[in-house]
Amino acid sequence: MLIKNAPDIPSSEITPERLYLRRREFLKAAGFSAAATVAGVFTADCGADAAQTGPKLNVAKKTVTLDEKLTPFDDVTSYNNFYEFGVDKDDPSRNSGKFKPKPWSIVVEGQCAKPGTYTLEDILKPHPLEERVYRMRCVEAWSMIIPWVGFPLGDLLKRFEPNGNAKFVEFTTIMRPDEMPGQRQRFPPILPWPYREGLRMDEAMHPLTIMAVGLYGQALPNANGAPLRLVVPWKYGFKGIKSIDRIKFVDKQPLNTWQQMNAGEYGFYSNVNPAVDHPRWSQASERRIGEFAKRKTLMFNGYGDQVASLYSGLDLRRNY
Amino acid sequence: MTRQRVLRWVLKPLVFLAALGPLAYLTWAALTDNLSANPISDITLETGTWTLRFLVITLVITPLRRLTHWNDAIKFRRMLGLFAFFYGTLHFTTYLWLDQFFDFSGIAKDIWKRPFITVGFTAFVAMLPMAITSTAGWIRRLGGKNWQRLHRLIYIAAVCGVVHYWWLVKSDIQRPLIYGFIVALLLGYRIVAAVRRRAPRPAVASGSSASADLLRRPS
Repeated sequence: MLIKNAPDIPSSEITPERLYLRRREFLKAAGFSAAATVAGVFTADCGADAAQTGPKLNVAKKTVTLDEKLTPFDDVTSYNNFYEFGVDKDDPSRNSGKFKPKPWSIVVEGQCAKPGTYTLEDILKPHPLEERVYRMRCVEAWSMIIPWVGFPLGDLLKRFEPNGNAKFVEFTTIMRPDEMPGQRQRFPPILPWPYREGLRMDEAMHPLTIMAVGLYGQALPNANGAPLRLVVPWKYGFKGIKSIDRIKFVDKQPLNTWQQMNAGEYGFYSNVNPAVDHPRWSQASERRIGEFAKRKTLMFNGYGDQVASLYSGLDLRRNY
Repeated sequence: MTRQRVLRWVLKPLVFLAALGPLAYLTWAALTDNLSANPISDITLETGTWTLRFLVITLVITPLRRLTHWNDAIKFRRMLGLFAFFYGTLHFTTYLWLDQFFDFSGIAKDIWKRPFITVGFTAFVAMLPMAITSTAGWIRRLGGKNWQRLHRLIYIAAVCGVVHYWWLVKSDIQRPLIYGFIVALLLGYRIVAAVRRRAPRPAVASGSSASADLLRRPS
């Protein structure tokens, strides 16, 4: 697979995150001519920014980089779908304050030699964290460039020693209606909870597939799926299930939540594919957050060289 | 001031300014970077929602007038309907310009291939003749009856607007459901009223409705 050489400076320096975070203040400040005002804005905001950032993660190496401009931190963390917290794009960041990502444990079950309940610490301990800058293409035709922090999902799954019957792996998001207002909505419920997703075993073991625990060098915000979530960069964003508390090895293709909701519109594979439209909108192009003109969507979200072989012989029009 | 003057110089300007509120807010939010990370999507959603809201408000006028006997309500109907058209035009322009950037072949394909865009476009097209014939001159030219018939297009616009919204969302159908319910209620009222008007009334029933009318009048 194509892994570019990592530059030896940390991500926080490559991307002037502080500048991104403060670009709004910059714009506002530009409106005032008085230098004193500008200085005031700067000093007043430094403390606030520091308070907002999560715990820094110990990122051992950068394994995947992209020559594309990163989507600013506060766009990544304030504009996304996480229906457990509500259906609007700012609901996850606004409504996830009560959510407690610690303590956390994960149930591992199904076709494997080492099922059981593992604490988050157990899960994370052996894995050095890597930074992976990936494209994220939402099924709604917008996209971002996100510097995730995580580790290969395959390395984790191997530890549970899946057996020969483990053809697929199913993930489940935690069910906590008290902390997740979207799970409480009635008339009608937003989705059949809890949210579930699945991968074929070879997709799960693919080196591009990661379990993410952070972004921009720091722990995942609640809004983005703390404490750990899946990232499968060649698939639509909804495959990246968040706040996972259950992993199950199964022999049959599992039903993911969106497929259950509307099988005509959302399939099991959900590979990014500009040639196969969503029944209600085109997938040929996308709007990169922060850009005005639309971009052409890339086959497998630009990861075709690495993943196309997984699907040789599969009719991608039928298996969307 | 007489009641008519208050209406004309105070109430109508107030409603007019209030109706510009959503646009003022959007403009302010866009200029001060207070929209989300996807401002084009925000503008599309806001202008679309306000189109539907103004269609609903316009449809409320007649039942409101009948039920409350506040006949002056009719004086606001044209303005509110035109605001529905105004926000609908902004919505359509946002789609043409900001979203598709005048890619007319893409737009034509969209309108043809995507049912939610087809119905949205239908709603917009249905509003056009109403906006054009909203003047006193056109009422005269068409004659009251024809004009009224033509303006029943608002029923199509409202229904298509709700369907457009419904077909657009992924699973969060709560809001389209609410609009659908309100529009159904408002159109249902009209169906019931029309059936009642047409049905030959037995003397007793007409007597009782007349007395009910009398009861409602302030004595």
